[in-house]
Amino acid sequence: MTYLVPLPVVMPLLGAALTLLLLGRPRAQRWVSLTVLTATVAVAATLLVRSSLDGPLVVEVGGWVAPLGIVLVADQLAALMLVVSASVTLCVLVYSIGQGMADGNEETPLSVYHPTYLVLTAGVCNAFLSGDLFNLYVGFEILLVASYVLLTLGSTETRIRAGTTYVVVSLLSSVIFLVAIGLVYAATGTLNLAQLVDRLDALPDDIRMVLQGMLLLAFGIKAAVFPLSAWLPDSYPTAPAPVTAVFAGLLTKVGVYAIIRTETLLFPGGRTATLLLVTAVLTMVVGILGAVAQSDIKRLLSFTLISHIGYMLFGVGLTSALGLSAAIFYVVHHITIQTTLFLAAGLVERRGGSTALDRLGGLARLSPLLAVLFFVPALNLAGIPPFSGFLGKLGLVQAGIDDGGVLAWILVAGGLLTSLLTLYAIARVWNLAFWRAPHPDMPREGDADRAARTDGAIKPGQGGAAPQTGAVMPGLMIAPTVALVVFGLVLTLVAGPLFDLSTDAANDLLRRTPYVEAVFPGGTP
Amino acid sequence: MTPNLTYVIVVGVLVAAGVTLLLERSLTRVLMGVILLGNGANLLLLTGGRAGGPPIVGRTPQEEMSDPLPQAMILTAIVITLGMTAFLLALAYRSWHLNGHDEVQDDVEDRRIMDLAERDEGPGTEDDGDADTDDDAPVDGARAVVASTNAGSSG
Repeated sequence: MTYLVPLPVVMPLLGAALTLLLLGRPRAQRWVSLTVLTATVAVAATLLVRSSLDGPLVVEVGGWVAPLGIVLVADQLAALMLVVSASVTLCVLVYSIGQGMADGNEETPLSVYHPTYLVLTAGVCNAFLSGDLFNLYVGFEILLVASYVLLTLGSTETRIRAGTTYVVVSLLSSVIFLVAIGLVYAATGTLNLAQLVDRLDALPDDIRMVLQGMLLLAFGIKAAVFPLSAWLPDSYPTAPAPVTAVFAGLLTKVGVYAIIRTETLLFPGGRTATLLLVTAVLTMVVGILGAVAQSDIKRLLSFTLISHIGYMLFGVGLTSALGLSAAIFYVVHHITIQTTLFLAAGLVERRGGSTALDRLGGLARLSPLLAVLFFVPALNLAGIPPFSGFLGKLGLVQAGIDDGGVLAWILVAGGLLTSLLTLYAIARVWNLAFWRAPHPDMPREGDADRAARTDGAIKPGQGGAAPQTGAVMPGLMIAPTVALVVFGLVLTLVAGPLFDLSTDAANDLLRRTPYVEAVFPGGTP
Repeated sequence: MTPNLTYVIVVGVLVAAGVTLLLERSLTRVLMGVILLGNGANLLLLTGGRAGGPPIVGRTPQEEMSDPLPQAMILTAIVITLGMTAFLLALAYRSWHLNGHDEVQDDVEDRRIMDLAERDEGPGTEDDGDADTDDDAPVDGARAVVASTNAGSSG
């Protein structure tokens, strides 16, 4: 089965090449992208099943033996991340096709959307699968370069402004990562993650601390952890809705994944636990206070995104199996829910003509379906009991109480406060955009011209939506949003098995031996 | 293996110059900073491996070979930096095209807060900056930005 491991990277890259050749033939491009991403979801699901049954799957790329060549490792954590991220990218692709963004007319650069999107997917998959620190860097670069292009699509003034901030900050974090790689190699003579395990353990504490600090700094910027998060709400909201959605779902989580991987595999023992916990509580509280102050749905959601990164750090910082498994569960939940909310915000923009709260109103009466599509994931994000958001937070709070330290209790309090403030922020959106009387400036039903003006080229959905709303909310935009809302609900239904899976993954991460033995079956060289 | 002091000093100078340029407002200078920083990081990678003869079996005895891995990594990093340089140049050009300059603009949040602060001070202050909206003098910069924000939100 190991031949499956490189496919999530190879297939999107080949698909990107193919869609690039098919420039100017949007229909063919769409089919290629859809096929490739569907296949990626299938491969990822197979990998998840196999890695849970047989342990981590390892491929030595090009046949070069492990410490010399590069390895790709699909353990449970990587496979789980792959499944969720591939499903989310597939849904967002359908949504963007529905929005007609991908098939703009020939003069605009929008025909590069499909190749870039597939390259982004390849980069994300490469980062998840990488068993080598430098390959992880390459994965990050692939996804970042693709994200620069997607963020500045159409190169309007606001996107150039936002893109500048984003590109420069990302470049800086990449340089820090590269310097950290140089230092790790100088200190240990290897970059293979499995081989680093022993060699890093043998290093003096002060050198380890420097290496760990550099890596945490680089990943912290990418994951938008509080003092390093100011770039995010400035850059994300300006992009087209599907792009923002996929960025919000995936890019920061790749940073979180890298933090989980390095903190457990390379630097176990919780030497930076205090630092992680303090930044976690600051990220949660400062992020959500930012969200409360916003008057635009997209910016508000960007701040909740930062805030909820804190929950994941909370779990990682506790260094207990329960904390780690709750963090993994939370990552899965949050990828799904945050993406859904941004897609719903895109629909709000389409239906209401804006995402500014002072220009919206009455959406619950104008479009009950949209109201449901926003309401369910919003409650899920805030952590209202039956939903997966509640279960993830419950796991984290439980882990915090088990830990019993003063800092852990502060985090439990911070987590609950953040949950409450998230509910407040979400309720504000609900009251202003959905419940109050419709705003006089808002487009009426069937007012297609107006909607067309707000969003540039519109292509009516092919999904045969009702003629009145068809021009405003294409069926192909609604269907993937519904699919993701349902996916979020399914996460709630299968929360038991999913939690078992994340507990397994967390135990493997903490034991470290399954990963090392899979890469070096004959013992570490 | 002893680190080569010349390398370390050159790396230090490159990174220091890079960081200084990165703090500039003009995107072209930021780009120069990024290039210098990247070169500094590449050179740092090089100091991590052993120096010696070309690592070709049969040509250099194994003990005297240089470490080829950092060089391979630097090649990759150089290619990435090249791509990024091209992209940043395009971004700077587009920014110049749209705005007539390539300066990194103020943070949106900062502008909003400045805007609110300005409104709190008095109702008449909002329109003061209109005359010099396009003036890039640093003293009037904040006010000009607020004025342009107002213009943008009403349009």
